[in-house]
Amino acid sequence: MIPERLVNWVVFAGLLAVPLWAIVVDEPFTITLVTRAVILAIAAVGLNIALGIGGLVSLGHAVFFGLGGYAMGILAYHAQTYTSLDLFGMSFAGTKAMPIIWLVAVVVSGVAASIIGLLSLRTSGVYFIMITLAFGQMFYYFAISWSTYGGEDGLSIYVRNGFPGLNTLVPIQFFGLCFVLLCVVLFLSARLQNAPFGLALNAARQVPTRVETVGLNPMRLKLVAFVISGAITGLAGALFADLNRFVSPTMFSWQLSGELIVLIIIGGVGRLFGPVIGACLFVALEHWLGALTEFWHVYLGLILLAIVLFARGGIIGLLTGKEGAHV
Amino acid sequence: MSTLLIIEQVLNGLQFGVMLFLMAAGLTLIFGVMGLINLAHGSLYMIGAFAAAAVAGATGSFVLALAAALAVAAIAGALIEMTVIRRLYGKAHLDQVLATFALILIFSEGTRWLFGSFPLFLEIPDYLSGPITLPGGIQYPLYRLALIAVGLLVGLGLWALIERTRIGIQIRAGENDREMIAALGVDIRLLYTLVFAIGAALAGLAGALVGAIQSVQVGMGEPVLILAFVVIVIGGIGSIKGAFIGALLVGMTDTLGGIFLPEVFKLFMEPGAATQTGSALASMAIYILMSLVLIWRPTGLFGARA
Repeated sequence: MIPERLVNWVVFAGLLAVPLWAIVVDEPFTITLVTRAVILAIAAVGLNIALGIGGLVSLGHAVFFGLGGYAMGILAYHAQTYTSLDLFGMSFAGTKAMPIIWLVAVVVSGVAASIIGLLSLRTSGVYFIMITLAFGQMFYYFAISWSTYGGEDGLSIYVRNGFPGLNTLVPIQFFGLCFVLLCVVLFLSARLQNAPFGLALNAARQVPTRVETVGLNPMRLKLVAFVISGAITGLAGALFADLNRFVSPTMFSWQLSGELIVLIIIGGVGRLFGPVIGACLFVALEHWLGALTEFWHVYLGLILLAIVLFARGGIIGLLTGKEGAHV
Repeated sequence: MSTLLIIEQVLNGLQFGVMLFLMAAGLTLIFGVMGLINLAHGSLYMIGAFAAAAVAGATGSFVLALAAALAVAAIAGALIEMTVIRRLYGKAHLDQVLATFALILIFSEGTRWLFGSFPLFLEIPDYLSGPITLPGGIQYPLYRLALIAVGLLVGLGLWALIERTRIGIQIRAGENDREMIAALGVDIRLLYTLVFAIGAALAGLAGALVGAIQSVQVGMGEPVLILAFVVIVIGGIGSIKGAFIGALLVGMTDTLGGIFLPEVFKLFMEPGAATQTGSALASMAIYILMSLVLIWRPTGLFGARA
């Protein structure tokens, strides 16, 4: 069986090689596809911290994805219409600078995650799943009824936001930016998993009582994990909106929350590269199967069923011959 | 704001709540007995509506359409229970969520493939259409009144089934201790399939009944599914009584909030902004209600287990 580390390096190399190859053969759309996979991977890496390590089955992570998207949309909308954003009696100027947008996206979704987490973590199990789902719907309907920023139609941004020193409109440069962010997020996630915090969180998932007896607060551990997780997914949301130059309430939709979990499951729960492999495979399936048949979701559903029923460890589990990252 | 309008809206809320109850009752029963979280319950709602629309289109009979909705949804429920759901009982909630999410994808796209993307229409039969005058001079659609009646009757029937029949005793026993009733010679597999089929039939019935006042289309089940989740979270998962009270609370809050919140905001804001704030807040009202209930009682109003 193949060692997990090797699988990870192959995926990493593949993610770099495909866009470079696409430049050589001049296929800019392939670069966009890979960028999409990279961004979804960032979102799923974020979710994996809550889901894989913390065991928090959040069916509402689209909230953070959408908040990131709207953070970008609203800031860029005010910048492109030269209007000011009035908030809490203060007036802010819009911006087209990615670093600021990312910061706002991370902070806003982190704050939202701490509020949602505080409320949802009072419960566990099925209740937690349903409550996160309900919070997702709450934001979805709010976005639809909020006509200032496009309501159901969403917001279009004419020109992709800028990053100092780069021309983000060139697909490969924007890809590079997203790829670097994915690396940063993966590095953080790997460090987190092996840091005392990650170990404690892992224990809090498995035996909360024992963690409590040792003097740690499992609730607080889970909340911190949920906030970190939400913030990373928020960052991905801002990038995703920038990729499409469009935000709409569908970024808040519960199908998206479901798909984020699906990405992780396809790749392998709790594995560092699980979300990355899942995202690549998902985008590939969406592209190839979507071209073959309009009803490709049927096949996605069947694949998903097969993985849940017969291949618990996802793709990484199949390749490495180990079912779980942690049993 | 006349009293007539308020009564009419209360009736609308009641009708909405009662239909939500049909969905929530099945969900909560399935969770209570089998410990399963079933996202595909919305698909069964959709299947019921499509079956009704197809049969009504072919035969013109609304009663036959309802019978078809019940039968097709129950059969579909029994089939997925025997092929997929049965393998999920002992598994983690995450697996249940994913497998039933996969079922949604399959059912939604399958239905789109069979019936196309355009919505179908299910006509209200002549003998139930038109308004009726209630005591006090209120004009109210007869069909919606019939929905309230049907919902309450089904609720009563479900209560009788669970509290007063042998099967009900077995279902309640299955909730408490599945090994023990299996040891007593009850075929637990058959019982589970039966419970799942009952839940599915209720969802299908709700889909068909509501399908006649809304359009019948792919994806119609999921918004209702999520509302039904809110209902059973408020009521306490596993409790039919909780589902009933939760459904009425959610139905009322959603309907009355949509009408009255903008009016309330008009008292101290300019009309345009008031309508916007009010309707935005109204769309979130039930989720706010849910958060409040959970802060007060993390396992819902009538929930016993976490």
